[in-house]
Amino acid sequence: MHELSIAENIIEIVKQNAAVVNASRVNCVKIRIGELAGVVPDSLDFCYSAIIAGTELEGSRLEIEKTDIVIHCPACGVDSKVEDLFFICPECGGSDTKMISGDELWIVGIDFDE
Amino acid sequence: MPIVRIERKVLQKNDDIAALNRVLLRKKRVFAINLVSSPGSGKTSLLEKTIAELKGKMNLAVIEGDVQTDLDAQRIARLNVPVVQIVTNGACHLEAKLVQDALVKIDLADIDLLIIENVGNLVCPAAYDLGEAMKVVVASTTEGDDKPLKYPAMFRNASVLIINKMDLVPYLNCRVDLLKENAMRINPGLLVFETSCSTGSGIREWSQWLLTNIG
Repeated sequence: MHELSIAENIIEIVKQNAAVVNASRVNCVKIRIGELAGVVPDSLDFCYSAIIAGTELEGSRLEIEKTDIVIHCPACGVDSKVEDLFFICPECGGSDTKMISGDELWIVGIDFDE
Repeated sequence: MPIVRIERKVLQKNDDIAALNRVLLRKKRVFAINLVSSPGSGKTSLLEKTIAELKGKMNLAVIEGDVQTDLDAQRIARLNVPVVQIVTNGACHLEAKLVQDALVKIDLADIDLLIIENVGNLVCPAAYDLGEAMKVVVASTTEGDDKPLKYPAMFRNASVLIINKMDLVPYLNCRVDLLKENAMRINPGLLVFETSCSTGSGIREWSQWLLTNIG
């Protein structure tokens, strides 16, 4: 249940950015969450709504996009999507794969009103 | 107004402090392990056995993370090892700032190995870098062989897997080979030890590995 702590981090970043552009209102915050980030989107959404109630961010919402787990295999050079948590390269069977996406927990952007 | 693109990590603030912790630990030549598992897997017992095995061979310090109580710190303090208790008061994981504050209370100049025992939780601690050199995940046989598949992030981020409570295998349905297989498909580079804190099996191998690979 660390979604509450993550929601707090998001709100802090949104407030900082809103202050920089003198935003009058925040409409939407775009978030990117990887399949392996260990964050439950519904839970994050719930925590965000709960914390912003009664603050200047009330009425804003999260727009969450999920990303697949993708690995790169240095042995054969192929990037592949991880299915069923198999991190072994499906092309050559290489086991020394690097995860190139799937653990993201990013703020992509913010939709403000001036 | 168009969407302002930010493209930054939500937990950047935590990661920045973790980076400072990492620099400090490296400068002081301290190898730090972030010990993670579900509650009741035997992290503290494993720690006690490891300390007993390594005492006199290297200098250890421990940071204990718990939601409540300093019971674990009391257990470690009995072994005459420097220990700092972090009580998170409800939070389900340690964050880099808490570790940063705890590091001030330890004389790092004398320490070779720092073990940070995280809050028992296989989900949340995976997201928070503390500045450690590696994560060690403990999975006990009583938890079953499917835990790596249910909590993949933790097993993907760890460098070492310790399968604990091996003495109970005859009484359980847990298949240790399947547990290992499940962990290795998520993280093929995972190094695996099998231990029992009741019989002491495997503790020497794990401790020997620490001695050989740290410092």
